Amino acid sequence: MIWQLDFIILTLVIISGIAAISIKDLLGAAVLFGAYSFMMCLLWSIMGAVDVAFTEASVGAGVSTVLFVAAVFRTTRRSRD
Amino acid sequence: MNKTIGFITVVLCGAMLLLGTADFPHWGDPQSPASRHVSPYYIEKSIPETSVPNIVTAVLADYRGYDTMFETTVIFTAGIACFFLLRIRRKEPIIRYYRHVPTGITLRIEKGAKLPEDSKVFDRIDTLYAPHDLINKTTARLIIPFILIFALYVIAHGHHSPGGGFQGGVILGAAIILFAISYDLRSANRKMSERAAALLSTTGVFIYAGTGALCLLLASNFLDYSALALILGVDPVTARSHGILIVEIGVGLTVMAVMVWIYYNLSSRGQHDEGL
Repeated sequence: MIWQLDFIILTLVIISGIAAISIKDLLGAAVLFGAYSFMMCLLWSIMGAVDVAFTEASVGAGVSTVLFVAAVFRTTRRSRD
Repeated sequence: MNKTIGFITVVLCGAMLLLGTADFPHWGDPQSPASRHVSPYYIEKSIPETSVPNIVTAVLADYRGYDTMFETTVIFTAGIACFFLLRIRRKEPIIRYYRHVPTGITLRIEKGAKLPEDSKVFDRIDTLYAPHDLINKTTARLIIPFILIFALYVIAHGHHSPGGGFQGGVILGAAIILFAISYDLRSANRKMSERAAALLSTTGVFIYAGTGALCLLLASNFLDYSALALILGVDPVTARSHGILIVEIGVGLTVMAVMVWIYYNLSSRGQHDEGL
């Protein structure tokens, strides 16, 4: 495990996680959540949990982003609070 | 005010979780309880007992097969829940729009006059204007077969490499969702109807639970695949390996169908019209 790589990816996970909940634009939040899932996938594979990483990549970064986008398209794009 | 209370609660919960993780064993610690009592058994016994090189698959589908069966059921339940929450019967609109594909002219057809549904020249659209997406359609048509092959590989090769029913099923479903996005929901519905999605999702759960019940009928424990040796005509160890493949196929079917089903309902507000 290379700690520099680990550190960078962990920072990106935290940044995209905070950005996903604080951004006003819902489509942006969905995309950021996809980025978050992808970074988590990288973390899993660094830790050697390849099966979990594969699931995270296909479910988290793939299909759930599509489902989020599909749901966002049926709302108004900006949240009101 | 409410936001402040929420923020304090979240910070407190986060601090408590972080404190809790401090008691965890270190990453890869050989002295942790899991590494001392649980892991050695699987590492030593999974190949001689199940002849599956990927220990994760062996644990997931064989040693902890009961859990995985209910994970599949949870996914199936999610699909059913989306169906009951979202699905509504669509009222056929009085005015229909069709696009003449070669010229791009939109036709507005009022009640009485109808065009055949499966005409190659005319495309049913739902609003007056729908963008042309020839590049998207062609690209998707080129990619989708490879995605499907890869998904089948992931399901079938879960014994030896990362992957298995869940991942392969999701990739299968993603291929069909890609088709539905690049074309429209109606075309996807013609390729894989809602009825097919519902039937396939139940079939997957049935395959999994049925395999378990079959083992029970062959005078063994529920989901003890070595009992299948009588039917498959192989030795009990190989039978466990084959049993894992059978239930992985069931899981893949359910996951694929449910992903597509949820997408159909979510992207069209349960109306199954044009979709995204």
